[in-house]
Amino acid sequence: MHVMYFSERPYHPVPEEVLLRNGYWGVPNTYYDPAIASRLYNEYLDEDVFAEQMGFDGIMLNEHHGLILCMGSVVDVEASILARITEKVRIILLGNPLPVVGNPLRLAEELAEIDLISKGRLVAGWVRGGGTEQFANNTNPAYNREYFNEAHDLIVKAWTTPGPFRWEGKHFNYRFVNPWALPLQKPHPPMWIPGLVSPETVQWCARHRYPYVALATYLEPTVELWNIYAETAAQEGYQAGPENFGYLQKVYVAETEEKAQELGKQDLYGGGMYTAIRPEWLFPSGYNSKAATQRLARQFTDPKGRSKLFTGYEGQSLEEAKKAVYDLYPQAQESYQLIRGTPKTVIPKIRKVMEVLRPGIFGFWQNDGPIGHSERVNNIRLLGEEVIPAVREIAKELGLESPLEREPGSRPLPATGRWDPVAQSEALAAL
Amino acid sequence: MADQAQDWVEETVSVAGTELVFIRGGTGRPLLVLHEELGHPGWLKWHAALARDHTLLIPHQPGFGKSPKLDWTRSIRDVAAFYSRVLRERDLVPIDVIGFSLGGWIAAEMAANHAGQFRHMVLVGPAGIQPPRGEIKDLFIRTSRKFLDESVLNPSRTPEFASLYGGEETSEQFEAWEDARSETARLAWSPYLFNHSLPHLLEGVSGLPTLLIWGAQDEIVPLSASEVYKQSIPGAELSVFEQCGHHPEIEKSNEFIKTVQQFLG
Repeated sequence: MHVMYFSERPYHPVPEEVLLRNGYWGVPNTYYDPAIASRLYNEYLDEDVFAEQMGFDGIMLNEHHGLILCMGSVVDVEASILARITEKVRIILLGNPLPVVGNPLRLAEELAEIDLISKGRLVAGWVRGGGTEQFANNTNPAYNREYFNEAHDLIVKAWTTPGPFRWEGKHFNYRFVNPWALPLQKPHPPMWIPGLVSPETVQWCARHRYPYVALATYLEPTVELWNIYAETAAQEGYQAGPENFGYLQKVYVAETEEKAQELGKQDLYGGGMYTAIRPEWLFPSGYNSKAATQRLARQFTDPKGRSKLFTGYEGQSLEEAKKAVYDLYPQAQESYQLIRGTPKTVIPKIRKVMEVLRPGIFGFWQNDGPIGHSERVNNIRLLGEEVIPAVREIAKELGLESPLEREPGSRPLPATGRWDPVAQSEALAAL
Repeated sequence: MADQAQDWVEETVSVAGTELVFIRGGTGRPLLVLHEELGHPGWLKWHAALARDHTLLIPHQPGFGKSPKLDWTRSIRDVAAFYSRVLRERDLVPIDVIGFSLGGWIAAEMAANHAGQFRHMVLVGPAGIQPPRGEIKDLFIRTSRKFLDESVLNPSRTPEFASLYGGEETSEQFEAWEDARSETARLAWSPYLFNHSLPHLLEGVSGLPTLLIWGAQDEIVPLSASEVYKQSIPGAELSVFEQCGHHPEIEKSNEFIKTVQQFLG
């Protein structure tokens, strides 16, 4: 089992009404105070170091552009610092948004330097970037998948093939690929892929034998995705196992149930996961496959489907909007989207998630709302002292090995040739 | 969209290495119609009026409507070169052309490359040139519906706009617009809907009667771009429609029809 710590490193001092009306992207940066941001970056880095001390195996970072939820605009900067100020944790980037980077060879060099400075602790990861990333970087969404695939292939080649060589691709052209920064880990750093619910991405991971890390997705579709992965893996000739999967779970703990509930509620500040981003920014034209566009067409033109899209709580007062958001708090806990409580009460819930999904990587998604530094640290401490040891025991009992313990794709198919599901749908039904 | 007694047909033609879908209607000298960035909106009053003296040929641009996408095209100039090949292979040179917005840009690129392939060129609120004042409105950062509403000066007083876009957006409409926007993004994402070199290339155009039609209140392609077009294309005429947005053909259809008929002769 690999236990990860993750926070989106939010910039939270924006009035709640602004978030509810605008969503988390597109808020004018006149609301951005560099003095506050400076303090927050340093606090977040300190918390990462503390998470290492409290027993986490890895620090996961992510990247977004212009998104209030996430201050990781250039994730490699934070990763570089962690490479030097931490000692043993894996630095897990989930991920670098390949299509929007523009210069994948430079990215190969940056990541190689992080791997070198951290003495081989980098886990690389790739994402397509959300819709807003395409706008924020002026990256053509119609070529998103092509950019992703070509940048990935180039980076892996730059890391593994002796230079100099030429790269004359459809989108990237280099006449002299010969980076003077190569990863310490051979043949290259591990690569894990985060995702929401795209079957195309899951299949791509299975074909490349890359672990797939689901980002706090609902359990039922996650089980379906695991099955898609396992089926594709079988086509590739191997049996998927826990080492092929990771799951990120939002957990918040405090000494008392009341305190955990109160502070954990901050995750919904400004709408939290229910507010997100205007749909026209989330799904730019060309970004989606034809099948996904047809799904969107049905959703956008059906009144029931449309009501689920974020439109700034149009026609509702601020109080009504807030009520609509916070009323979802109990439901979010019932569906395991949010787990809140004392260490004692959250452990059985985490066990259930682990029993259903059987992931080899378990990520604790922490501290997304306007929670102060000392409370964030307290949460990390309680996790380290009480929850992580229990999670390790459960993992041992369930036989959940991480991709760092067992090579993904190394498990042979059963003699029948038929793949075994990794996720346990019976356990899901029993929830 | 009501087509009255339908006076057009849809044809699929094997040409220039693809199966191009055309709308064909009317009689007389052929008139090539290059549609805008959201595709061919349907057969409108102005089509019917011009079809009395012209055979309208309206290709669905590859990747739009029913024509298959052409992956090898990487820019609007590629699309212009593709259409030039279509004209040559169909023995349509020289031909009259009218292009709207994105289609206007394509026509201008074609003229810049080989002005002799056209008899007359009409550009209606054409994209393609960076406006010296203002910016071309960003289609991608807003919904199609919002973009359309902002494209005419007064939607509720534009009967054809209401009949095209007045009702609830259908799933088919959404999908067709998404296809069109995706292809527009692929070809013209950056720089957005213009080409830095076009004004210089247009200076080489000679002997091509050119009419620029622009709504004075065009919110999509600012009127200021017309100055550069007019300055670049020798002898180009500019007709500015007052109290009109990006769609003179439906906002001021009578004036539009008269102006175009007079120009085409």
